[in-house]
Amino acid sequence: MSRRARLMLFLAGGGGLCALLLLGVADLPPFGGSFHPYRTHAVAAAVSHATSNVVSSVNFDQRGLDTLGEESILLASVIGAATLLRPAKDETERAALGGGRTLESTRFLGYLMMPVTLVIGFDVIAHGHVTPGGGFQGGVVVGTGIHLLYVAGNYPALQRARPLRAFEWGEAIGAGAFACVGLAGIAVAGAFLADMIPTGTFGQLFSGGTVPLLNGAVGVEVASGTAVLLAKFLEQAIMIRPGPGRGRR
Amino acid sequence: MTVLAAIMLTLAGLGGTAVVLTGQPARQALAVSAYGLVLAVLFMVLQAPDVALSQIAVGTAVVPLMVMLAIRKVERG
Repeated sequence: MSRRARLMLFLAGGGGLCALLLLGVADLPPFGGSFHPYRTHAVAAAVSHATSNVVSSVNFDQRGLDTLGEESILLASVIGAATLLRPAKDETERAALGGGRTLESTRFLGYLMMPVTLVIGFDVIAHGHVTPGGGFQGGVVVGTGIHLLYVAGNYPALQRARPLRAFEWGEAIGAGAFACVGLAGIAVAGAFLADMIPTGTFGQLFSGGTVPLLNGAVGVEVASGTAVLLAKFLEQAIMIRPGPGRGRR
Repeated sequence: MTVLAAIMLTLAGLGGTAVVLTGQPARQALAVSAYGLVLAVLFMVLQAPDVALSQIAVGTAVVPLMVMLAIRKVERG
């Protein structure tokens, strides 16, 4: 397509999007107002189940089924990406070399920040039902934080310290645990993902009913999924080269 | 609060444009990482800390990292 045709296509699409957006925004309540019907109901429902982080209550209690769907999307994308990133027939997998140049300051900060990052990640998962955050945010922090070992040290160090098999299992177990908590809801309270355990005291670590359980399941799945995904990308970038070879199928 | 939101919205607009105008993919990955940080502050200003956390973790760390690794793979074979 010529540059001119592409520009025309963009102007048509962009103009249409702009018009629709303006039409949609025109009817919204004004910015920063005090009329929020959805908020009114969501906050009341969250408080009635002793979940002080209303966003977590919406995600895992009020709309838990949606989150199960989102979680499955994540699981499917990680499996899909990992499948695509396998070494092909015409590629060889080499052992990664250690070494490479790392600045002293990078190494120092990396080793200093890795435990801090992991603790923050676990904290965000564990308190997801009390304070902002949750399984998804904390899981990504944990899954990414492990890779500071690669930034600060080298690839073989990361390979040794990262239990990839465990992460592959964790991905599946986390996703399965979410569904199992949902099924337990049917068995105990008669509805899928029903809040069926005592809700505890508002604002305490033990509160929110099933929300912290589901948060934990998502945390395990997302941390594992992120680690597996990044591991496959790193393998492709560092270890796999084109060329004849036995290449795993 | 409205002033802060206006400032951050302007920065987000400028940042997004800067990402689009960055030509080289490797530099674009860094630009998108910085832009993700701007978005995270915007979400924070709009009182959505949960979304801000997701944005920092995914938008400024994981996505740029995957883009960088993909570029490295494409360039070196």
